[in-house]
Amino acid sequence: MRTAISTLAVRGATTVRQALEILHDEERTPIAGATDLFVALNFGTLTMRRFVDIWNVDELRRIAVDGDTLVIGALATYTDLIRSPMIAARLPMLAEASRLVGGPQIQNRGTIGGNIANASPAGDSLPILSAVDAVVVLRSVTGERRVAFRDFYTGYRESVRRRDELIVAVEIPPVPGRQWFRKVGTRAAQAISKVVIAGVRDGQSLRLALGSVAPTVVRARRAEAALAEGRSIDEAVDALRADITPIDDVRSTADYRHLVSANLVRRFLTETR
Amino acid sequence: MRFTLNGETRDASSPPMSRLLDVLREEFGLTGTKEGCGEGECGACTVLVDGAPVCSCLVPLVQVEAASVQTIEGLGDDHPLQHEFMNEVGAQCGICTPGMIMAALSLDEHPTLDDIKVALAGNLCRCTGYAAIYRAIMKAKSQ
Amino acid sequence: MTRWVGASVPRKDGIGKATGQARYADDLVFPGMLHGRTVRSTVPRGRVRSIRLDFDASGFTIVDFRDVPGRNVCDLIEQDQPFLVERDVRHMAEPILLLAHEDRERLLSANVAIEYDAADAVFDPLRSEGVLKAIDIVKGDVDAAMGNADVIVEGTYRTGHQEHVYIEPNGVIAVPEGDGVVVYGSLQCPFYVIKALKSLLGANRHIRVVQTETGGGFGGKEEYPSMIAGHAALLALKSGRPVKIVYDRVEDMVATTKRHPSIVRHRTGVTRDGRLVAMDVEVVLDGGAYVTLSPVVLSRGCIHAAGPYRCDNTRIRGRAMFTNTPPNGAFRGFGAPQTEFAVEVHMERIAEALGMDPVTLREINALVPGDTTATGQVMHDDCSARLVLDEAVRRTDFRAKRTAYRGTNRAVGLSLFYHGAGFTGSGERTLNSKARLDLTERGVRIAVGSTEIGQGTRTMHAQIVAEALGVPYETIEVAQPDTSVVADSGPTVASRTCMVVGKILEECAAEMKARLGGLSPSEYFAKHGGFSVLKTYEPPDWIQWDDHTYRGDAYATFAWGCDVVELEMDRDTFEVRPIALTAVHEFGRPIHPALARGQIEGGTAQGMGYALLEHVVMRNGEMANAQLTNYIIPTSLDTPEFDIVMLENPYPGGPFGAKGLGELPMDGPGPAVVNALRALALDVREIPATPEHLAECALR
Repeated sequence: MRTAISTLAVRGATTVRQALEILHDEERTPIAGATDLFVALNFGTLTMRRFVDIWNVDELRRIAVDGDTLVIGALATYTDLIRSPMIAARLPMLAEASRLVGGPQIQNRGTIGGNIANASPAGDSLPILSAVDAVVVLRSVTGERRVAFRDFYTGYRESVRRRDELIVAVEIPPVPGRQWFRKVGTRAAQAISKVVIAGVRDGQSLRLALGSVAPTVVRARRAEAALAEGRSIDEAVDALRADITPIDDVRSTADYRHLVSANLVRRFLTETR
Repeated sequence: MRFTLNGETRDASSPPMSRLLDVLREEFGLTGTKEGCGEGECGACTVLVDGAPVCSCLVPLVQVEAASVQTIEGLGDDHPLQHEFMNEVGAQCGICTPGMIMAALSLDEHPTLDDIKVALAGNLCRCTGYAAIYRAIMKAKSQ
Repeated sequence: MTRWVGASVPRKDGIGKATGQARYADDLVFPGMLHGRTVRSTVPRGRVRSIRLDFDASGFTIVDFRDVPGRNVCDLIEQDQPFLVERDVRHMAEPILLLAHEDRERLLSANVAIEYDAADAVFDPLRSEGVLKAIDIVKGDVDAAMGNADVIVEGTYRTGHQEHVYIEPNGVIAVPEGDGVVVYGSLQCPFYVIKALKSLLGANRHIRVVQTETGGGFGGKEEYPSMIAGHAALLALKSGRPVKIVYDRVEDMVATTKRHPSIVRHRTGVTRDGRLVAMDVEVVLDGGAYVTLSPVVLSRGCIHAAGPYRCDNTRIRGRAMFTNTPPNGAFRGFGAPQTEFAVEVHMERIAEALGMDPVTLREINALVPGDTTATGQVMHDDCSARLVLDEAVRRTDFRAKRTAYRGTNRAVGLSLFYHGAGFTGSGERTLNSKARLDLTERGVRIAVGSTEIGQGTRTMHAQIVAEALGVPYETIEVAQPDTSVVADSGPTVASRTCMVVGKILEECAAEMKARLGGLSPSEYFAKHGGFSVLKTYEPPDWIQWDDHTYRGDAYATFAWGCDVVELEMDRDTFEVRPIALTAVHEFGRPIHPALARGQIEGGTAQGMGYALLEHVVMRNGEMANAQLTNYIIPTSLDTPEFDIVMLENPYPGGPFGAKGLGELPMDGPGPAVVNALRALALDVREIPATPEHLAECALR
């Protein structure tokens, strides 16, 4: 049943402090670019009726380098990421991924913070954040905490974010080595991922994460370990089977996702050898 | 809720979480902006917010407060894109056309074919196979 | 030389569409208007046990089957589909109850609880025992000829549902008028709606139908609008107020028609040197829960099932089966894309079996003047199978590419196809379509029920009339299809709007010109006042058709096409990237080359989606991916470069040599794509050839 729009309450914030105070007062769902919001409202799957609009919190839009850390404000849109020289220089695979999110209209509104918060297993930026060991910066009126991306999700569309906290930024430590990204979507543009893979290869060190193949984005720990132990590509690809738990859904099949994950990991390992 | 609509200051009285699309069509009677899917997939509802194309079916009214919104009606009837969509038969059934034109506005002059395809990747057309739309935009943007 | 015909004049409706001023159904608002909603079944088969309204009913208009003043059946070929379920549910999303309210939020949040006694449902047409229609076409002696063949090749080919995805969903507004209603709506066939509403509301009631600007149809707004119009009319009559029903995308996809899925089995005998000696074809279509148009879809499918080839011994047995899904319906091509997919992939497999070049096999067997089709129709000079094949092969350097790409991830594939223009057999004679030209104070006005749904009806008709009258195109006015104003020129379907209705208009114009006696329309009007010319379609007198034996001239003429697609496949992901598509079409003569090109490009893109992307996922008889996010049609980046070639072979029976074109482009891409994939050593025999399916083929 479609949600009645007139019953929804929203408060706007223009500063982080305002937003945090609103979240402290009562439980509200933050909305940024709102690109996923109306889909949920159309299907009536969102139970929350109160929102805090943070779209105009400009201080969260910054992309900067702090020391050797790349700091991406939560409200950086995909368009911002595509255009940022800092992203191009330090994390080009994130720009590549951003170009493949929706069309320009979605890229103009969708934000990296929203992609993290929405917690879809198919979120295109998430395998990248996982592979580069990003840190999610959460803030509330009582303070700020940094959560390693690997610890951020606790289950399907669930995370450690408390209701009074806002994702304000994501921090990317230096990424030495080669970056590799591949999205297998339902079509060439405006596509939801069937399999999405991000990898970083620095000599013998290898980091690899996949989306759309488990309830949350997954780091391919077993495959990584196999290679770290000096085992062959075939063995690493075999190990990958236990890293992922894909399902059949309206977009693809578990078999296909297994096959393509294996093929792409093999390609990644071959191309970055 | 005050914002600029096609260059004029307007006040909207719809609920703050209303879709911008509904506000445009129902409160302001600007029906040139179309609804094709209601989930940001087809681009028929594309308008410009502060110059950037967005899907108005995904933007809550509250987010355009103090912003500038431009719809197809704001283009008038003498824009090169409109003329070339006519001349090149870039419009068949026409339901995607306003959104296509609004998306194409963001292109720089003398775009490549790839530039055009990327700019239109968020706008579905079921009639033309896109080819005539490329021809129209190419001509309009090369004048 | 013609002045207006053959020129790409500005579309009559171009500027309205480019400025956003064109008014579609959902753009219209009437004073006191209510919004309507359809409450639908949530079981694929069963009986309604109870209905409970879990909402405050104040301000609501509520309609069920007991409110039907006439007959509760949608009057089409049969009278079996109810407007509203009385007791038995035969498919998911079947309409049961109608609600209307002026507040859309209250309307959409009203909850209706319906309990059912569920029954077993059938979804597989091969397991269904309900034969909706059977057709047998027999030519020669297949069994005897099969015994003399050197090689017999067998195969089964499947095609899935396809959703139309007109970007404007179905929508109508019913407004009380007199003792009846006027319906404004997004639709292809206003007189179909009249017929359905007369039956629903009573034959003597005042009923008028006005087509609003229509945001795409592709067959999806041929028969379905009668249903939604009926619903809005019932609500309008009961409430006494205008009622608008506009489906959202999900409802449109879940509840309305789709292209019929097909299973086609071929058994073909050939000689070693590649001559077809016997073709045995079985066509099974999934009709869904009611008859709707399935018998005619099956008919066109069967007639095209042997492809554009000569074979003296042919047997085509077709069955359309009942299943418990929403009825499948008209969709551009109307059965032919399914059966031509099968025969063209089968031809490729025959070539593989013979070790023969696939072009050579087609060259040997393609129809030429003097040959006969499966129904015994003799081909004349308007048969262009070789013409389009030769040009496509030459232009794309097909044979050299086939060789050069061997062993790579790139491939080319080809399909040869044809499409009969107009209604089948005696259909046009039965239809008795009419067209009218009015001389008015403003000039000359075309008054036909043929609808503009994007394809360019208004423009193309005006060109024909301008040419035949010898007056400027700009002075020709085209009336909005309003059944109280225009002549019933038959439905806007079957690639007939140019060839058939255009022909009547040409004749109307010729008569009007004679009556003007050398005066211009305005001079004549000033002197003598206005007049109208009404004419009825006369099919070519040589058409002989027997509907019982399925023998004779199935169509007045055919249009011809050959597609060559070039694509690349990623061997790791099985994603296919179409790179280029050459479409060589012969359809008589284009009245408006840019519009015609648009038909070919658009139909070809739809065909590419059908071939590669468009997968309707059915679960328990319901479309499970009914969102544009999950039902995937091509975007700009999925669509290849087109090379469109329009070969001319003027057809004397059409206006200025034109044949029908609209559906032809839909027939070619499916098999061309699959034949290219086959060249990559994948044994593909069905569409959509999704990456998931290709991965299965690779692992087999």
